[in-house]
Amino acid sequence: MANKAVATRDAYGEALLELGKRRLDIVVLDADLSGSTKTGKFGKVFPDRFFNIGVAEQDMIGMASGLSLTGKLPFASTFAVFETGRAWEQIRQTVCYSNLNVKLVATHSGITVGEDGASHQAVEDIALMRVLPNMTVIVPSDGYETTQVINAIADEYFGPVYVRLGRSKVPSVMPERYRFKIGKAHVFSMGKDANIIAAGIMVSMALEAAEILKKNGIDAGVINMSTIKPLDTKTLLKAAKSCRVLVTAEEHSIIGGLGSAVSEFLSEHYPVPVVKIGIRDEFGCSGSSEELLKFYGLTPDKIVKTIRKALK
Amino acid sequence: MAKVSQTTVIELKEKAKELRKEILKMLTAAQSGHTGGSLSAADIVTALYFHKMRHNPKDPKWRERDRFILSKGHAAPLLYAALALSGYFSKSLMKTLRKLGSPLQGHPCSKTLPGIEISTGSLGQGLSIANGIAAGLKLDGLGSRVYCLLGDGEIQEGQVWEAAMTAAHYKLDNVCAFVDNNGLQIDGHCCEVMYIEPIVKKWEAFGWNVFDINGHDMAAIVNALNQAETVKGKPTMIVARTVKGKGISFFEGKVQYHGMAPTPEELKKALKELDENGK
Ligand SMILES: Cc1ncc(C[n+]2csc(CCOP(=O)(O)OP(=O)(O)O)c2C)c(N)n1
Ligand SMILES: [Mg+2]
Repeated sequence: MANKAVATRDAYGEALLELGKRRLDIVVLDADLSGSTKTGKFGKVFPDRFFNIGVAEQDMIGMASGLSLTGKLPFASTFAVFETGRAWEQIRQTVCYSNLNVKLVATHSGITVGEDGASHQAVEDIALMRVLPNMTVIVPSDGYETTQVINAIADEYFGPVYVRLGRSKVPSVMPERYRFKIGKAHVFSMGKDANIIAAGIMVSMALEAAEILKKNGIDAGVINMSTIKPLDTKTLLKAAKSCRVLVTAEEHSIIGGLGSAVSEFLSEHYPVPVVKIGIRDEFGCSGSSEELLKFYGLTPDKIVKTIRKALK
Repeated sequence: MAKVSQTTVIELKEKAKELRKEILKMLTAAQSGHTGGSLSAADIVTALYFHKMRHNPKDPKWRERDRFILSKGHAAPLLYAALALSGYFSKSLMKTLRKLGSPLQGHPCSKTLPGIEISTGSLGQGLSIANGIAAGLKLDGLGSRVYCLLGDGEIQEGQVWEAAMTAAHYKLDNVCAFVDNNGLQIDGHCCEVMYIEPIVKKWEAFGWNVFDINGHDMAAIVNALNQAETVKGKPTMIVARTVKGKGISFFEGKVQYHGMAPTPEELKKALKELDENGK
């Protein structure tokens, strides 16, 4: 493992600051949440390249677009629900339609936001971003991968990107030798009995589940599908063909997210059942992040049970 | 400050008339599109493209150019006429407006047409983009200015006021915007649909330098643009009092010509009117 447990938003704050030192064209925008999204770190060191737009997400996306039109590389951040929900049409009309080099990095995605409850827990943001032409959607699994994602989308890719980050600490899962590439899944292992296609915080749980299953003689593989769009269809097809049960796991609605993306592809190219673990068409609620993961069935245990049942 | 010369005003008025003719021809060929709001802002856009703005049709991406953002994107025919007559693309393209495969999309598309800074059409978003460009230009130490045209119905959008705050907060004195105050929107008179007055006081209260002018008085437009350039630390809003459908008696002030193209007969009459008015 490359480093200890950190929240992906913390890794973002560090990566952005380093990127800002290295590249003078980086500008950062936030909508009054720079302490939480960690963009404030950049803002402190580079006040001239930091724009707090206030509680005005739509205007923030417009500003970011304008800055990109002068050759700057804007990173615009707020909570996932506001970034993708409140400003969706601005993202559609300007960022995506004109294919602008604007990076949308949202934190506080999913239910692990915790106590703030449903109003602040985006469980539909992947769906909202994935449907937009020209948009790339990335969900890093840990801090190490987040750092790589931030650098890759700045240095190696021109165009709109949505990066989905979280509030809570997540275990480190990606190996030291891992190198993130947009659209390339990481295969921890391919299973004969089952394969778990996971993203974000569900990757570490999938790995735990695979360990438990192994002890019981079930061979379950784990794939980190950190780029949800464009999907690594080659790896997906291989995973689907090599096993009996294909499972997707995400901290997002099973409508429109990773599970849907996987199903959309397989239904056309290799129709097999896809068992989906995720939020089942409902809103989140208040609670601690650990409690909520149990409440919504986003646990290694739930993955284990789901696979066992499907294999019967 | 030196006032604009009478010869310049006469030349610009002649140019505005040319623009109006092209707008009408384009819309008649397309048989759909937005007539009223293209005509009401024709004098403003003429002053910008044929007098005030530093731009180069041979090099649309020239780094030091002034920018124009058509926030009220439905006035696309007006922008297309200004760009075509400036030499950004062949005039013959204008008759392809709104047709399949044409770079002249129903609303401006920056991916298909040179000279369009950014795609617009969804109201309320252009000023934020203009502000972003203005902030970027300042970071680069460029003296270029950013012009933005909004409709008076459009300012009912909340995002416009977010952008109003942002421009003042970041002291974007390189932003100069217009409200095309023609008093009409789709469903009727602006103040009956949703009361928008007092426009001038609102922008002043948001920290802008505001000019209140007759938007068809070419000298007033140019003088306001010149004065705006001297204002430091504040963005400028020019509230231009206009007439929707301006220049064609049977379109003027008629709410139904917001989104209706002239018939071929109306076009004939309209072109004749424009020619006779100049005599
Ligand atoms: C966000 C959005 N809502 C609705 C429309 C449909 N629409 C097009 S023009 C218009 C009225 C605009 O009125 P105004 O800004 O006064 O324009 P003008 O009179 O200058 O034509 C509306 C509602 C739109 N283009 N964008
Ligand atoms: Mg109007």
